[in-house]
Amino acid sequence: MSHILHLVNKSPTERNGFDTCLRMAKPGDSVLMIEDGVYAALANADFAKTIIGSMNDLSFYALGPDITARGLNDVPLIEDVHVVDYEGFVDLVTETDVTQSWL
Amino acid sequence: MKLGILIKQGPFTHQASDTAYLFTVAALAKGHEIYRVFFYNDGVYNSNKLSEPQTDDRDLVSLWSKLAADHNIDLVVCVAAALRRGIKDEILAEGFRISGLGQLVEAGIQADRTIVFGD
Amino acid sequence: MEEWEEEGPEIVKKFLYVNRRAPYGTIYALECLEVALITAAFDQEESLIFMDDGVFQLKKNQDSSDIGMKNFSKTYRALDDYDVERIYVEKESLEARGLTADDLIIPVEVLSSEELREIIDKQDVVISS
Repeated sequence: MSHILHLVNKSPTERNGFDTCLRMAKPGDSVLMIEDGVYAALANADFAKTIIGSMNDLSFYALGPDITARGLNDVPLIEDVHVVDYEGFVDLVTETDVTQSWL
Repeated sequence: MKLGILIKQGPFTHQASDTAYLFTVAALAKGHEIYRVFFYNDGVYNSNKLSEPQTDDRDLVSLWSKLAADHNIDLVVCVAAALRRGIKDEILAEGFRISGLGQLVEAGIQADRTIVFGD
Repeated sequence: MEEWEEEGPEIVKKFLYVNRRAPYGTIYALECLEVALITAAFDQEESLIFMDDGVFQLKKNQDSSDIGMKNFSKTYRALDDYDVERIYVEKESLEARGLTADDLIIPVEVLSSEELREIIDKQDVVISS
């Protein structure tokens, strides 16, 4: 089994990439929210329960500079979504086996 | 580790090229090798030296050119995608070269990881 | 022959192309098909997945003459000529769009999400379009 890093760059309320990613990811995989994908980290948004429901199986990360750029630093984010910087992004890519983008 | 990067969107309309650029800078800082950056779909527009952003904005075409010069990175623009969008050698920014799609496949074969940035 | 041996063992990787976009409205379907065909020349282990709106790429009876665009749907038949035989369509995506395998222009393997997950798990290079 390979450890896949799933990259999601779309808001879950704009496109279905996040839903499809969560349908296809297998337990043990990691998901990194980048660009508009970071909107999926909002704790008070409807989509939060979908993310929280997947937390037993998947590890979630979000790209910090994209969170800050969008003014999301002053709203609650889902606990256990780990915020990383670009170097953390690189580490996630190299520490997993394959990277799959859900464009 | 050897990394291959695929960029499928042009500058400005989508964030893809920005994210790919910052990822590439971070990967280099961490000592990784960038085997190749391949530009496909509208990503070929990242090579257009006629691009002239406003002075207070980032200039992605120049940023890629400079990164390629500083770190000897192979920036390859897909010929088929480029020609249909009017990207030719005459308007190619420094550090970019036009070549075939096989260069993307070859990067996938040679690199330890391939990362796709797009829309 | 000697020269060949010096190159060392050929690397064969598993390439997966994930198609999730409908044709014509955007260029992604056409340009992904172009990469898929080129990849076939490299003797790699190549697979294609069509899921979400990507299943519409394979809808038979496309006729784009009145929108002035090239109908490239017949080119999917060339995949077989290039020995690209691992072509998978997600069952759930087809059903959600009211289609069956009979609506498609080429023979494909229709797999459930669960089965597709196993295909995805085996890949070395995943290129999404």
